[in-house]
Amino acid sequence: MTNDKQTHNNLPNLLRMIEQITGYFKSYPQDYAVDHIADHIQKFWEPRMRREILEHAAAGGEGLSELAKLAVKKVRV
Amino acid sequence: MASYRSPDFGTPALAESNSTIMVSVEIDGQKVTVPAGTSVMRAAMTLGTKVPKLCATDSVEAFGSCRLCLVEIEGRRGYPASCTTPVENGMKVKTSSPKLGELRRGVMELYISDHPLDCLTCGANGDCELQDMAGAVGLREVRYGYEGANHFDSVKDTSNPYFTFDPAKCIVCSRCVRACEEVQGTFALTIDGRGFASVVSPGQNQDFIDSECVSCGACVQACPTATLIEKSVLELGQAEHKVTTTCAYCGVGCSFDAEMQGSTVVRMTPSKEGKANHGHSCVKGRFAWGYATHPDRITKPMVRQRITDPWREVSWEEAIKTVATKFKNIQAEHGTDAIGGITSSRCTNEESYLVQKMIRAGFGNNNVDTCARVCHSPTGYGLRATLGTSAGTQDFDSVDHTDLVLLIGANPTDAHPVFASRMKKRLRAGAKLIVIDPRKIDLVDSAHVKAEHHLALRPGTNVAMINALAHTILTEGLWDEKSVHERCDAADFAYWSDFIRDERNSAEAAATVTGVPAESIRAAARLFAAAPNGSIYYGLGVTEHSQGTTMVMGMANLAMLTGNFGRKGVGINPLRGQNNVQGACDMGSFPHEFSGYRHVSDAATRFDFESLWGVPLSGEPGLRIPNMFDAALAGTFKGMYVQGEDIAQSDPNTQHVVAALKSLDCLVVQDIFMNETAAYAHVFLPGASFLEKDGTFTNAERRISRVRRAMPPLAGYADWEVTMMLSNALGYQMNYSHPSEIMDEIARMTPTFSGVSYARLDELGSVQWPCNDAAPMGTPTMHIDHFVRGKGRFMITDYVPTDEKTTAKFPLLLTTGRILSQYNVGAQTRRTDNVVWHDEDRLEIHAFDAESRGINDGDTVALQSRAGEVALRAKISERMQPGVVYTTFHFAETGANVVTTEYSDWATNCPEYKVTAVQVRPTNQKSSFQLDYELETSIGRKVAAE
Repeated sequence: MTNDKQTHNNLPNLLRMIEQITGYFKSYPQDYAVDHIADHIQKFWEPRMRREILEHAAAGGEGLSELAKLAVKKVRV
Repeated sequence: MASYRSPDFGTPALAESNSTIMVSVEIDGQKVTVPAGTSVMRAAMTLGTKVPKLCATDSVEAFGSCRLCLVEIEGRRGYPASCTTPVENGMKVKTSSPKLGELRRGVMELYISDHPLDCLTCGANGDCELQDMAGAVGLREVRYGYEGANHFDSVKDTSNPYFTFDPAKCIVCSRCVRACEEVQGTFALTIDGRGFASVVSPGQNQDFIDSECVSCGACVQACPTATLIEKSVLELGQAEHKVTTTCAYCGVGCSFDAEMQGSTVVRMTPSKEGKANHGHSCVKGRFAWGYATHPDRITKPMVRQRITDPWREVSWEEAIKTVATKFKNIQAEHGTDAIGGITSSRCTNEESYLVQKMIRAGFGNNNVDTCARVCHSPTGYGLRATLGTSAGTQDFDSVDHTDLVLLIGANPTDAHPVFASRMKKRLRAGAKLIVIDPRKIDLVDSAHVKAEHHLALRPGTNVAMINALAHTILTEGLWDEKSVHERCDAADFAYWSDFIRDERNSAEAAATVTGVPAESIRAAARLFAAAPNGSIYYGLGVTEHSQGTTMVMGMANLAMLTGNFGRKGVGINPLRGQNNVQGACDMGSFPHEFSGYRHVSDAATRFDFESLWGVPLSGEPGLRIPNMFDAALAGTFKGMYVQGEDIAQSDPNTQHVVAALKSLDCLVVQDIFMNETAAYAHVFLPGASFLEKDGTFTNAERRISRVRRAMPPLAGYADWEVTMMLSNALGYQMNYSHPSEIMDEIARMTPTFSGVSYARLDELGSVQWPCNDAAPMGTPTMHIDHFVRGKGRFMITDYVPTDEKTTAKFPLLLTTGRILSQYNVGAQTRRTDNVVWHDEDRLEIHAFDAESRGINDGDTVALQSRAGEVALRAKISERMQPGVVYTTFHFAETGANVVTTEYSDWATNCPEYKVTAVQVRPTNQKSSFQLDYELETSIGRKVAAE
């Protein structure tokens, strides 16, 4: 069995999650989508997860869609 | 009949809709008023008058064959059978007279003349209706003697592991045959032969085990003699008392009478008063309860320093102290948020409430989750968003009023068998059925049930399908405009309407995605829209997808569009997997919600709990189960308390889960068995089975039912007591003397439960939440005049294909599920004789896919995905469509979840169990995971010698 403790990087997982959430809300008008993506993350992501995605966004946000980037700006820890 | 047994009224009560006109009759000089159409036998029984009978019982329709229930009716010639004669206004009936006595004795003489007279050594002694009737009619002699023809030389069928069939004792009353047809709907039994040669025959003159019999026990329940009798009764004798409780298997929540000798279960019989099951059962609840006292039960706490050490049995005090010390040390070193826990959907509401309370108040964080994460969490999110409540809308009885069942991603005959029988009964009575499922499940085409449409879509395309149904109904003008305008938010509907009318949601567009012809989709949509009462029932085939939540919202959209809410026969009905998964969710087991689905960030709610619990509470959402694994691997989550879940077997991507569990500094497992997760634990706390504790379960229809202690906890404590000890050791004091006090606190703190108490449950038998001042008797049907959220909300449901795609390397799609005889991770059912039917996980594969890979039925194959590989045997099955394979996850040694991936629902992280790209090839060896598994678990389970 593998033990990926030493190599575990949760960021790709968080990026996939946020893009999935964005994928749902992008069908709505942009302002609504941005608010609701941010609200979803605020309500359902534990602070460690929010902190990590905020730090990633602050570092350029590679892999984040434009809609997700706008939403992350509204997320607080 | 045993004195504790519920009275038998002889014939069924009339359906509610057929019982509006009342008539008065006089029976043996007493007047009684009953619904028109009631049998004379039943009317008599309402007065407490037991008319002698053999072929009649109130679980099946009257048959009129035994001629024992004859009565005299003033003004009528002859002696009509009271079971088949309906009452009429003014009718005067005599149930006893010298002539009736003479006739009945004559009938009994014939029955007894060819019946074995071994009453004193018969298994049914003390619980035999034939014996009772001989006494009731005053039989004193048999003029024909006992030397005539008989069936004494018949071969007894002992093939079923749970009951025997002895034709020598059969009186051919047909109660078993009728129960199999009317109650269970399997039609496995028939009467073979004519006249004296008539015998009950399973299948085509087969043994029970080889027939279509599903071992629901309805025939055994109906049998008036020892012809069909439980082997446990043959072994132990008759029970002397009963304890009414609730089954601990699926989300139907059947009520059972545990028939007891002291603290020993003799048998479990379905309770007629049970409002979820109305006296019916399945093979699991009825027979597969022996696990509760299986030798594998762990009854002593155990600890170890490292997971490679052997377990050391210790006192409860030492075990609890060990946990408290380790958890406190972890928090001191790594912070408050470094520990968390999982509540159990197998445990009671009270126990789930206590665990989440301990975590929020004792641990000081919201790192609590429950197994609903991996099953119906999208139901909670989706139904709350659209309707306002995170639960199904109906009671099970509602299906009796439906005209069309739209069954999506569920296989009720295997996973919710008692409700499936109810559904089949309605379908036999004329309701239509549409099945949306990649597999050809039994309900698509079985005895006297045939779906109008089976939309066998590709796994992962549910949303495209539900959109196409809605598109068809809207664009063809088949929608319920009045209902939508009255009950739903106009702006949301307008926005959704523009979306759904788009060509990309048409049946033609969906056909290319789903693989289902457009005309079939349109025909199904038209049929659903045309039904006066259309109902939606669904299972994990809806939720366990990357768009699980979207699909739940799509189904709610469809039901709103067609006006199918707020009355009997309609609604949206999740068939929930585990006995108390609804309750675990209700009790605040999610990391973002207190009991009653109130977000932890809501200051007013938090203030209420802080005031009662006496500690400040976090307003931040905690970690979900998969987030806990990720945090563990990242090194920020170090301690975990797992009550009654086996996440190492049940959760997806086993190797990822195991790596996370191994990385913990302290894993505490509380379970009745040394489960797979325990192999990686540092402390094992013995759990209590449902027979060993008091509490409540809440089933899929929001029905809260009592669980009652039938025997003392084998390890000395019920689970709620262990949680309390643990909390106290951690420094957060709890002091409950009985689970009823916990329920009182739940009621005080949870608006939808405010009317619930043990006294109310004892009074009503069970109650469906919301149960409060506005609905003191509970709420069978939700959203009657308006939706809980006010106006129903149409949500956009754009189809987004899953990232899990077939490739040249992994060209098939795997979907997973349950089989009738086994249950979830199999910890219980694998320790029963249910293994007779299913003793290994098999890979179901279409003949084309098998042949192109050189695979024959029964061959061992390697099942490989990007997550891992396992080996199991193949079963070539017509149920499968080409390109799709299926397996169950009941056996740890198979490790089906080694193959499933980390992909999950966008809103809830519910894993995408139902779509995994795989390859299948012949093999002759176990996978490396399976070989490692055997080694690791043998080490992880080793207990040190005393």
